[in-house]
Amino acid sequence: MADSTVVSDQQRSGSGQTDPSRGPYIAVITNRSTTLVIRGFMLFSIGVFLALVLNLLQVQRNVTLFPPDVISSIFSSAWWVPPCCGTASAIIGLLYPCIDCRLGEPHKFKREWSSVMRCVAVFVGINHASAKVDFANNVQLSLTLAALSIGLWWTFDRSRSGFGLGVVIALLATLSTQLLVYNGVFQYTSPDFLYIRSWLPCIFFAGVITMGNIGRQLALYECKLMSEKTHQD
Amino acid sequence: MTVRERLREKISTAFYRHGLLCASYPVPIILFTSASILACCYPLLRLPLPGTGPVEFTTRVRDYTVPSHEPQGDLGERPDWYRGPPVAYIQQVLVKAAVSPWDSTLVPVDVFRSPLGRVFSLLEEIRNHVHNDGSGVRSLEALCLQVTDLLPGLRRMQTVLPEHGCLLVSPGNYWQNQRELFDSDPDLLKTVHQHEPKGLHTSATLRDLLFGVPVKHTGVSLYSRKRVVTYTITMVLGSYDARFLSSLRARLRQLHPSVNCSLREDHMVHVHFKEEIGMAELIPLVTTYIILFAYIYFSTRKIDMVKSKWGLALAAVVTVLSSLLMSVGLCTLFGLTPTLNGGEIFPYLVVVIGLENVLVLTKSVVSTPVDLEVKLRIAQGLSNESWSIMKNMATELCIILIGYFTLVPAIQEFCLFAVVGLVSDFFLQMFFFTTVLSIDIRRMELADLNRRLPAEAGMPPPKPGPLRPREAPPPPRPSPYTITLQTPAFRNLRLPKRLRVVYFLARTRLAQRFIMVGTVIWIGILAYTDPAGLRTYLAAQVSEQSPLGESGAGGLPPHLGVASVFPGPGGDPASTLSVLPAPAEPTPLPENQSQGHHGAPREGVPHQAQAPPLVPQISWGAEDEEGWRRLSFRHWPSLFSYYNITLAKRYISILPVIPVTLHLSPREAIETRHPQDTRHPPPFIGMYGEGSKQVINPLSLSRVAALGLAAGVLLVLLLFCLYRVLCPRNYGQNGVAHGRRRRGDLPCDDYGYSPPISEISPLLLRGHSMDIECLASDGMLLASCCLAGQIRVWDAQTGDCLTVIPKHGSCLYSCIIGGWEQRDGWDTVGVAEPENLGGGTEPGGGVFDEDEGYPLRRRTTPRPALFEDQPDLTPLIDTNFDSQPSSHLLLTPPRDGFDFGGLVERAYLEHEPPSLGAVWAMELRGNLIAAGRSSGKLELWDAVEGSLRCSNEDGVSGITALAFLNNRIVAARLDGSLDFFTVDINKPLGLLQYRGPPGRSNMPPSPCYSSEDVISCQLTRSVQCAHQKPITVLRAAAGRVVTGSQDHTVRVYRLEDSCCLFTLQGHSGGITAIYIDQTMVLASGGQDGAICLWDVLTGSRVSHVYGHRGDVTSLVCTTSCVISSGLDDLICIWDRSTGIKLYSIQQEVGCGASLGVISESLLVTGGQGCVSFWDLNFGDLLQTVYLGQSSDGQGVRQLVVLNNAAIVCDFGSELSLVYVPSVLEKLD
Repeated sequence: MADSTVVSDQQRSGSGQTDPSRGPYIAVITNRSTTLVIRGFMLFSIGVFLALVLNLLQVQRNVTLFPPDVISSIFSSAWWVPPCCGTASAIIGLLYPCIDCRLGEPHKFKREWSSVMRCVAVFVGINHASAKVDFANNVQLSLTLAALSIGLWWTFDRSRSGFGLGVVIALLATLSTQLLVYNGVFQYTSPDFLYIRSWLPCIFFAGVITMGNIGRQLALYECKLMSEKTHQD
Repeated sequence: MTVRERLREKISTAFYRHGLLCASYPVPIILFTSASILACCYPLLRLPLPGTGPVEFTTRVRDYTVPSHEPQGDLGERPDWYRGPPVAYIQQVLVKAAVSPWDSTLVPVDVFRSPLGRVFSLLEEIRNHVHNDGSGVRSLEALCLQVTDLLPGLRRMQTVLPEHGCLLVSPGNYWQNQRELFDSDPDLLKTVHQHEPKGLHTSATLRDLLFGVPVKHTGVSLYSRKRVVTYTITMVLGSYDARFLSSLRARLRQLHPSVNCSLREDHMVHVHFKEEIGMAELIPLVTTYIILFAYIYFSTRKIDMVKSKWGLALAAVVTVLSSLLMSVGLCTLFGLTPTLNGGEIFPYLVVVIGLENVLVLTKSVVSTPVDLEVKLRIAQGLSNESWSIMKNMATELCIILIGYFTLVPAIQEFCLFAVVGLVSDFFLQMFFFTTVLSIDIRRMELADLNRRLPAEAGMPPPKPGPLRPREAPPPPRPSPYTITLQTPAFRNLRLPKRLRVVYFLARTRLAQRFIMVGTVIWIGILAYTDPAGLRTYLAAQVSEQSPLGESGAGGLPPHLGVASVFPGPGGDPASTLSVLPAPAEPTPLPENQSQGHHGAPREGVPHQAQAPPLVPQISWGAEDEEGWRRLSFRHWPSLFSYYNITLAKRYISILPVIPVTLHLSPREAIETRHPQDTRHPPPFIGMYGEGSKQVINPLSLSRVAALGLAAGVLLVLLLFCLYRVLCPRNYGQNGVAHGRRRRGDLPCDDYGYSPPISEISPLLLRGHSMDIECLASDGMLLASCCLAGQIRVWDAQTGDCLTVIPKHGSCLYSCIIGGWEQRDGWDTVGVAEPENLGGGTEPGGGVFDEDEGYPLRRRTTPRPALFEDQPDLTPLIDTNFDSQPSSHLLLTPPRDGFDFGGLVERAYLEHEPPSLGAVWAMELRGNLIAAGRSSGKLELWDAVEGSLRCSNEDGVSGITALAFLNNRIVAARLDGSLDFFTVDINKPLGLLQYRGPPGRSNMPPSPCYSSEDVISCQLTRSVQCAHQKPITVLRAAAGRVVTGSQDHTVRVYRLEDSCCLFTLQGHSGGITAIYIDQTMVLASGGQDGAICLWDVLTGSRVSHVYGHRGDVTSLVCTTSCVISSGLDDLICIWDRSTGIKLYSIQQEVGCGASLGVISESLLVTGGQGCVSFWDLNFGDLLQTVYLGQSSDGQGVRQLVVLNNAAIVCDFGSELSLVYVPSVLEKLD
């Protein structure tokens, strides 16, 4: 993923910043609001990317040998979906470390990039399962996905604040989706939970956990940078 | 003890044993694991290889029946996809046509215009063919595959592809199957090319579809050499009717016989197509794989502190991958065939199984104590992590089992794979990875140890007992790295420019990188341009989407704009049936005529040997039998996909081709000519171009190879030249010569510079009759004491003997045999004279000695004549005294360290009256010598006059160590008590003269006690039980007294009030070395090989490192580093602030333990009969100075660095004073 390599590059350049002769670029990097913006932008691009890919996964359920128009199928959803997802993920990714900070309980569980990658992979896997696996009925599908989402939280997060925030955001997102569909902005092919699919909250929850994980990891890096700076001062 | 704890303990024990097993037998275990992996993967051979290539199956035409849907029992080799009817039957009519004989009046267009024109009549023939037998009338209309609309994206192709009717394609489709359009087309090639995509040629273009043969073979070109046009008419049949097809075949053969055609017609080929992955599916797949690789990357990055990081990362990945393969293999073995798309679920499986365990194992193993055996380290590491590994595995298994009960088949299958994969991953971790890890760790230790094998031989056997079973692992230690010498700056200046270039190249490895990059690019180009390589593959990939791109880009042909709505070839069955009554119309050529054409011009060939053959030869070969094989394997899928028919997971049956041979007369060719055809350029230009092209094409591969070879040769030549230019001739010899430098060799740096040897020469101070026992110095004076108890005072500058403080004569005479008298007399003479001379503070002894002709001071090693005409008693003395203590020394457990008191005591017990005692400790301050005796008596002697000023006999236990600081003397006694004495001078302090330059020494300028003063020594305080065991080391500096004892503790006392400030605990062995200096840095080394740095102000331990196998024998600090030497003959240099080992120097066996720091960067060590100087910054041996002619095993045991950059060391019974002149300059 391009985003992750960018992150790791910056991390590397960050670790090499111990020499006192810092360039102007480094000074900009260490500026607090600038880092916030950079972080937000990273989260936004990750969100857009995941939205595009996962949407493709949802759209392309029917296997066709030669899709008539590949490029258009990537952007098959409305133009506003990826930016919305990106914005939401940026907000979530910034919110999580912030709440951790407010609550005064910094998240210590599995704070490494490999774990984050694993989390993202599981999230994509959950989406994959929801799109590709044929279930007997919708209840079963939704229950399975709910169990998977909870498992995701337990494996990679295990913080109460993370769970609470995830549930709240998932409910809000579900509600807003309901409203959108109700107003006829778009619709689902076979709604089974009022106007939407019943597995949508689970996907939202898993997505919130994943983005929170990424956001925390990015914030951790920033914290490291800040502490380094204070050390030097 | 709960069940959980018991379980935990059992698991830990089991893992410990397993670790021992793995580390003990690495090779058999790896072999066993590999064998089991292979065995488990064996069932995978039966699985079809992944890929989208079509699979073929051939049956006979004769007894062909449509296969039934139900799988039948044993059908032998029949594949399981061969069930049910195929999507379609493909019947191709392969037409080969030529104008013959070729006439010089003909233009190039004639090669293909009239042969192509015949396609319309053939089409008519085929379409109108009706087979009539008893069962009814059958025509193509009834049998062919009826197609509907083209896909919406293909509107542009409506003009050329049939819609709403029979799927029948031929080149005639370019002209809507209408002869009139064909005839009025001014440029046939342009029409054909209009539908071609721009750019890369692709394999399944419209041209391929319509012609049915690859472009190269069609012959539709102005430069065709063979002048034979080949094309097919492809009928796609929905149902199979053998009789209709055979009648059609017979009919066509009758009309257009192919004489020399011997194509086999009895086999039909069924082609099964796999599911293809489209772009849209590929993107999520690629994403998951990218995430997977990021995961693996971030995971393996954490592997650290091992010998080969990449090797272990590879092993980790191999572990996970082969566990997956094993899982699939095992599942297949037990009859579960994978139905999931392997490529899709694979990343998720890897993520579920994970690399965590492997990393945890590695981390745990590398954090075990380094000094343990490899086996034990592995075992400990395993057992430390056993519980968490088992817990994690149980959790994962539970989660997966829960997933299994979702009862969704796909998830169940995934879970099954994951469970088996987890178990086999666990197996592989335990056997494969652990073993690889043990090998790696062993390699690391070997790399660490390979330089020190001789030391291992001389090492004492490992101490049993309290050291080994360490409960808590010691804090992680930085890995010891070997010395990396940076080239000092001054050396660079001396380099010639040429060498600097070479060094720059070598340092940055520019050449290798360039060559590597170049090779990669070259290989890439080769792979891309190779005819069978990437380029064609890419072209094939692109071709999938080619019609789309083409449809947008290509313009409409002008005449198609007119006939936009076109009735398909089979679009109007009624009209075709109405044409039926005239079937024989387009067959005007009788058989013999064509034969005649064929044969007649043969006579004309010889006289035009160079031109292309006048009569185009139409030959039928085996390659025509299955001409469709030469097409892209996406040919049929793409044809069907235009009508939204997928061939994925289905099959088509290809019937044997019907050959048709057409010979056309030149007259006919001219008749069908379009008026514009003659405007084409004359043919011969094209023929030249064509000819050269023909030559080049088959040669392109060999040309590339030749180019590559040439480039390689050029590269080698270039490198050779580079080598000759840049490298000196005698590069090799020189490298060997100065590559290895042995100790004792002339020191010489890499560039041939060696300091003159005469710079450093030892000054031998002789006079003692026995081995030197104690050595003390205050910078100006030097006091030494031998085993015989004689104290001599020397001038540290000149090496003159100033005073001899004799032992009480009677004792000496009683215990030492005859010759001693002589010698003692000589001694007394030497001593007496300075006293007579007035005994001022200035040493005048040197002058006297030279006047008298007694060369006491010698710069050369040969024994003076004095000793040669006298009976040399040294051997006797050695026999009596020296040998015993020295043999005793060897046998003594090393923990006794420096403390020779015990030896002396034992040696003297038999020979000396008990009232006195040997001098066990001695200190020198001002001109007072404090000597501690084995009897517990403390004596203060005047260094210059040699008179006893004061003595104190308060204690009875032997004084093992003394410290003399300011006016206080601290004496450590054998029973562990510590006595504080105050030296009082009955004189105002202001009158004290200070003497000696304020040097860099850490001792303050000592007051000089003049001989008139009355000096008294009072015991101010006695700490009775300072330590439980004998005090081994006593150091004083900065107002603190530090004692180290065999009871593993270090105590810090304040000098003023004798108050114990701290008791420092941290060593797990007796204290053997302590260092403290003015800056309050305290370092201690113990028998456990550990070195602790303490903060004297707070009593806290700053760092704790393990550096030695065996005792730490001495410790010295500079401002930046700590230097320690140990019984393992290793000198370690540590960073003082971080406690990281900078590097270590391996010395020879039995090198002694004495250390001294002359300046910040100059270290001196004592060895066997020599002292060595080292550069501290780089660990370089600068010089070795031999003290005597014969290094007869006399080790330097004590080494004192004087103020004036001289060192004094004992050398048997002699003292050796070595000036280091080069350092003098540095000090200024």
